[in-house]
Amino acid sequence: MSALRLIARDLRLAWTGGGLWLPILFFLAVAILYPFAVGPDAKLLRATGGAMLWIAALLAALLPIERLIRPDWESGFLDQLAVRGWADEAVAALKIAAHWLSFGPPLLLATLVGAALFDLDGDMAGTLLGGLAIATPALAALSVTIAALTARAGGGAAGLMLLPLAIPVLIFGAGSLGPNSVGAMPLLAAVSLGLTVLAPFAAGAAMRALRD
Amino acid sequence: MHRFANPTRFLKLARPLTWICFWSGLALVLGACIWGLAAAPADRLMGDTVRILYIHVPTAWLGMGGWVAIALASIVQLVWRHPLAGIAARAAAMPGAVFAGLCLLSGSIWGRPTWGAWWVWDGRLTSMLILFFLYIGYIALVNASSERGQTSRTAAIFGIVGAVNIPIINRSVVWWETVHQPPSITLSGSSIDSAFLWPLLASVIGFSLLFGAIVLMRMRAALADIRVEARLQRLAAA
Repeated sequence: MSALRLIARDLRLAWTGGGLWLPILFFLAVAILYPFAVGPDAKLLRATGGAMLWIAALLAALLPIERLIRPDWESGFLDQLAVRGWADEAVAALKIAAHWLSFGPPLLLATLVGAALFDLDGDMAGTLLGGLAIATPALAALSVTIAALTARAGGGAAGLMLLPLAIPVLIFGAGSLGPNSVGAMPLLAAVSLGLTVLAPFAAGAAMRALRD
Repeated sequence: MHRFANPTRFLKLARPLTWICFWSGLALVLGACIWGLAAAPADRLMGDTVRILYIHVPTAWLGMGGWVAIALASIVQLVWRHPLAGIAARAAAMPGAVFAGLCLLSGSIWGRPTWGAWWVWDGRLTSMLILFFLYIGYIALVNASSERGQTSRTAAIFGIVGAVNIPIINRSVVWWETVHQPPSITLSGSSIDSAFLWPLLASVIGFSLLFGAIVLMRMRAALADIRVEARLQRLAAA
């Protein structure tokens, strides 16, 4: 099985299993709830809507964790790959790539809708899209890592484990929207790059630990 | 290091050490508290509220130190497969979480009269709160994956991953200059007057000894659990 076929398989599973649409619909549902909570004041929504969409993106990243690694571990698919000589780190990296493909671009499209809902101006919507485009690989990498860590134990602890680790992304990402945001975007890129590069090793080690 | 891989040999040392750490730590903490609350002078600007320092600083130090201990023990567990390292990492999680919580609580009580607010979204406070949540996540993961006596490697991996937060907490007061004061005690010296420094030092050492005693107690309890399990299995097999 080649790397591309592995990615294609994960994408197909995401498509048929609802993994593609559910996080995006959830993202929009959280965004829509926000005006109900704070009231329809257009000025307030314009000022805080971008940050709210960041939080919604983080919550949406939590949703698919259950189906990222656990089904493949239970069905023995991961063992099969290991028997064929695949390195766990390589499988983890491909899973992250596949998860990003099924999570990142749809989320960016949904962000356009969210930006329209909150009537964000062009500059802010651009910064928001750019920031999320930079951050989604890191979110996908974190999701896969936490999914590998909680595959045996079940997803109960996943939220408590993922959200603290994602906070640097949120700080710099939402920080890039604010008035004094010099340097926030490069820092966001640095954090995202670091997480994306390190995650395959942590996730690979966790997948190897699943075989004990 | 592998000398103490044998639980019997470890317990032989741990049994007396627990009580030495516990009683000397308790004596030091009580002494430091009496010293700090009654004998040490009040601060020129902060008045009597400065006295919470003798609780706040040791708990903050141990809240962070607890996770460093988890991370180091996890590395030892993964690299050298040391059988006690995983147990040590798990044993440090609960007291670490309690101390991190106490640090947040005492800081919040101190912040009300001094900054005029229970909570400020300052870099140091926020990153400490994240550490507290990481502890909770770690404990939840350990509990969820507990086949008794089995020290799971997933918890060790999470312990190492979570350690990225420690340098952020440590540097936060330098990176985000907001409300929390910058470090007063560094490797090159201290900007605290010696009237405050000595009781503080006694209290830090005392709380650290207590922390060590709690970790040793929890490790002994975990080892006893494993023994009970093994004996029950032998009985069931016979």
